[in-house]
Amino acid sequence: MSVNGSKPKFAMYWASSCGGCEIAVLNTGLKILDVDAAFDVVFWPVAMDAKYKDVEALPDGAITLTLFNGGIRNDENVAMAKLLRRKSQILVAFGSCATEGCIPGLANLSPAREVFDTAYGTVSTENPMGVRPQPEVKMPEGVLHIPVFASTVRTLEQVVDVDYFIPGCPPESHQIALVIDLVIQALNGKAQLPPKGATIGAGASTVCDECPRQRNVKKIRAFVRIQELETVDPDLCLLEQGIPCNGPAIRNGCGALCPRAGAQCIGCYGPAEGVVDNGARLIAAFASVVDSNDPVEIERILDGIPDPAGQFYRFSLAGSLLHASRAVR
Amino acid sequence: MVDQEHFEPVIIGFTCNWCSYRAADLAGTARVKYPPNVRLIRLMCSGRLDPTFVLKALAGGADGVLITGCHPGECHYLEQNYKALRRFLLLRRTLVAMGLEPARVRLVWASAAEGVKLAHEIETMVAEIRALGPLRWRQNGFTPDNAHDAHAFAVAAEEVSA
Repeated sequence: MSVNGSKPKFAMYWASSCGGCEIAVLNTGLKILDVDAAFDVVFWPVAMDAKYKDVEALPDGAITLTLFNGGIRNDENVAMAKLLRRKSQILVAFGSCATEGCIPGLANLSPAREVFDTAYGTVSTENPMGVRPQPEVKMPEGVLHIPVFASTVRTLEQVVDVDYFIPGCPPESHQIALVIDLVIQALNGKAQLPPKGATIGAGASTVCDECPRQRNVKKIRAFVRIQELETVDPDLCLLEQGIPCNGPAIRNGCGALCPRAGAQCIGCYGPAEGVVDNGARLIAAFASVVDSNDPVEIERILDGIPDPAGQFYRFSLAGSLLHASRAVR
Repeated sequence: MVDQEHFEPVIIGFTCNWCSYRAADLAGTARVKYPPNVRLIRLMCSGRLDPTFVLKALAGGADGVLITGCHPGECHYLEQNYKALRRFLLLRRTLVAMGLEPARVRLVWASAAEGVKLAHEIETMVAEIRALGPLRWRQNGFTPDNAHDAHAFAVAAEEVSA
């Protein structure tokens, strides 16, 4: 890390996340040296030792670029989102959790109490006394505070203003490298940043657009899970083979990695440009290819998608139209 | 909690230009009475109904959504109402998975001559939604006040540290 204080400052923070976004940044390889050359890294818990109070001590707007990954699950996440918003000129929602809630956002389908029941009360957890984490614990040395668990997962934008969004679970490293290049060039006056609110580090179309598989007229008589098929045609569109592939509504930028590798798109890059709610768009796409006009037969075919909320909103539930409408700042 | 006596359901109704909108029109000119809770939006065809419209209505405060179209086999655009049917069935499954009551979305076929039928279907739907109560989707979400709920039923902290 540089000691030169005159360089623009960089921060990266993880809120409610798995750490995969940090790995993706490190996977940019030598590009990480460009970050170090162009920026003074002031705060990055996974990579360096810095305390929250160090960030608090900075003047407002002192950090040029903050990559914020992870969703907003507890009041510590809220406090850090607000703090980093205040200290940053450019705040980027980085990765699926920060942009749309991602997998942790699926917990919004259950009350927080059930989340606790599962986490602390099921057979996989040894917890004979039924201990649950408490916001405050009195110890001989004083009162300990842990972050208070919120009733829902929220996206970063549902808590503070966000300048840019980088989707992906995690964002592809080559896309991160492009964004880093762009920001560095913009700082040197050689490029212009996109308008506020833009999605960067991704395409503007759908995964289908990048997918090399052959597409014909789709007529589906049954949806199947990919592992139930004895053979999967390596060249034919997966949805045409009855495999619920989310490609039609999901933003490209990944290079259609999963369909190329023989697995269906599960939707980690979020809604494509212009799509308000990727679940709604996928419902329209999937329903359109069902090859029946008989309600009973249609219902039988739709039984092949046993978990529609999970299928259509696996990564985007917290940011979906319905869930976003109930998130208050 | 829910003031059933003063609860007037808000229902957004999507009609197709060729059948169900004319059915509603006919109900009007024939002076057939039906509850005023439905706000009708005319589309060219039920096949035009993007599920996004339904989600937007529910997210924006509607208590239910009525989708109407021509009878099967009678679509002005050949078979787009079948597409609407399939979308409706999949959308309803998804909404149920997200915690909504299935009766909050309803699909009705009504020809241009079925003003009475459409009025009756609207009456039935309003009664059903009235019985279910307000959706209040927006209000029943995240509140900072209930954040402590998840912690509240646990073993007392003192017992744990002892």
